[in-house]
Amino acid sequence: MTDRDKVFKALADPTRRELLDRLSAESGQTLSALCEGLAMSRQAVTQHLEILEAANLVASLMQGREKLHYLNPVPIYEVFDRWIRKFEKPRLRALGNFKKQLERGRT
Amino acid sequence: MTSSLKSTVATKAEFVYVTYIQTTAEEAWKALTQGDITRQYWGYENRSDWKRGSNWEHRKAGEDKATLVGKVEEVNPPHRLVMTWAEPKDAGDPAKVSRVSFNIEPLESQKMIRLTVIHDQLEEGSKMAKDISQGWPRVLSSLKSFLETGRALETWSK
Repeated sequence: MTDRDKVFKALADPTRRELLDRLSAESGQTLSALCEGLAMSRQAVTQHLEILEAANLVASLMQGREKLHYLNPVPIYEVFDRWIRKFEKPRLRALGNFKKQLERGRT
Repeated sequence: MTSSLKSTVATKAEFVYVTYIQTTAEEAWKALTQGDITRQYWGYENRSDWKRGSNWEHRKAGEDKATLVGKVEEVNPPHRLVMTWAEPKDAGDPAKVSRVSFNIEPLESQKMIRLTVIHDQLEEGSKMAKDISQGWPRVLSSLKSFLETGRALETWSK
């Protein structure tokens, strides 16, 4: 499996995407903090984190005896850059903002 | 007890970025510290003599004002470089000075290095925290592409 395959495989699971969302909202979390509110065993969360780390989507640092987890978006940027060319970025951003505004207006 | 720890730590934001690059530690070191190389994949020149206690600056080629400035806190070529990081106008305000650590670890068996960038002591919710969290993934992707293929990402090539 190539590194890129690992990225796509890791992202293909909703629990792992939720873990990334949580790390995006607050970087540097312990396993215990990440387990809170997830309806699964600590062991299952550990396994998901291992897959995310192997794909390099999560980086970890030891702080004292605690392992802190961080979202590492570098591989996602590489995927993004593969298909989105420079001149398309401003237009895509404008489209994204337009969509957000319309959807906000509706609720 | 974790809550009291949290409240003191949570006032500062911290980000960690990791990329694996097929190169040597020496090449990666040069690519971070030589302005004529950083210019090619980053669009800016990193300038310093890279001695402990020296100033460093981050400056767009051809411009006379630096975009970022700081001091070199720790230097151990080609493995570790720690420096402070601030906009020139904020350099005197400790609350607005953050810190960047580069760690370069060679992975002998695979002829590649693991580059870890830790950007900490950032003001939570500041413009700088937002800017760097968008900037580092792009800079590191471009650095990887530059060292592996000789070409920077399109967004940065000048």
